[in-house]
Amino acid sequence: MSIIFELLLILALIICAIAALGSRRLLVTVVIFMAYSLIMSIIWALLQSPDLAITEAAVGAGVTGILFFMTLKKIHALKGTKDE
Amino acid sequence: MSKKTDALRRFSGWVNGETAGHAAVHREAARIEHKKLLPELDEQQRIRLFSWQYKLVALVVCLTVVAVLLYTVFHLPLFGDPENPAVNEVVQRYVEDGLEETGAVNMVAGMILDYRAFDTFGESSVLFLAVTSVMMLLLRDAKNIVRDEDVQEEHERIIERQTSDIILQKVTSLVMPCIMLFGAYVVLNGHISPGGGFSGGAVMGAGLILLGASFGIDKVRTFFTMKTFRRITSTALLCYAASKAYSFFTGANGLETGIPLGTPGAIFSSGLILVLDICVGMVVACTMYGFYVLFSRGEI
Repeated sequence: MSIIFELLLILALIICAIAALGSRRLLVTVVIFMAYSLIMSIIWALLQSPDLAITEAAVGAGVTGILFFMTLKKIHALKGTKDE
Repeated sequence: MSKKTDALRRFSGWVNGETAGHAAVHREAARIEHKKLLPELDEQQRIRLFSWQYKLVALVVCLTVVAVLLYTVFHLPLFGDPENPAVNEVVQRYVEDGLEETGAVNMVAGMILDYRAFDTFGESSVLFLAVTSVMMLLLRDAKNIVRDEDVQEEHERIIERQTSDIILQKVTSLVMPCIMLFGAYVVLNGHISPGGGFSGGAVMGAGLILLGASFGIDKVRTFFTMKTFRRITSTALLCYAASKAYSFFTGANGLETGIPLGTPGAIFSSGLILVLDICVGMVVACTMYGFYVLFSRGEI
């Protein structure tokens, strides 16, 4: 059971990686990247390293994504906002 | 081969929210349109040749990198092999005597904050340097102010004040105490349970960012200003340096601190590790929040 779950997670990880490359909008890429980090943090927890899981969830899925959003806003690359 | 690329194209189309076939029709129309503009045939041919060469070179570079990486991976020592060069007396000493010498139940904390504390000191300094560089680039002080930007900032601030997201604010006020408490717990229990300064600091920094994003940065500024930022970061780093910088001269073995190690598993145990954990956590939390405000507004 657990091995099936792990395989599903790894499959989702690979799909996320390819999707992040294939996406044409930068905003979508960042969101997919955050999803990738979230899946990765679950995998860390399954690999019995909860400290890495906490860090990955906070940094990868949270702070990095927000910093990317901020940068996109700064360089006026967010389509469909008032800012453009 | 063409089937595969077609599937890939459809997948990327799906990622981009296009319906299947729609994009292909567009592309075909664009190509026909392109062919009508024949006059600059020469240039077009050159561009096509260039893009062809570009793809070829990209392919070769990619394949070379993949080959080198695969070659390296196949020549790595096996995972968990007792003959590995990494399995030596250092690991044995850490695993067997770590608890006795550092007093930390969490072996990782004992390693990174006691035996190899100067490594962690370097990492904290790198974070400090990073936030300093971002400040040099983005801080809006007397010499870095453009009038247009000022007007836009003021405009954005007005929008921020007028549009408050009630769902985000309610959820934040519910979740925020839990996040901060969890972060503090992870930092303070770094020597007992998994986690430590960096994880807990990152959680607390993310909590501060959430507060800033939902209630506005002015709200955070009531208790976290530039002055607080400077004081906390430099105090934590100086505290760390004072307690561990001697390792650069004496090597990884360290000196006797004279602080009793206490019973393993108690919160006040394992000597300096708790203090160093708090220092690292403070630096990381301040750095995370500092990045956010500097990127979004250019001032803390």
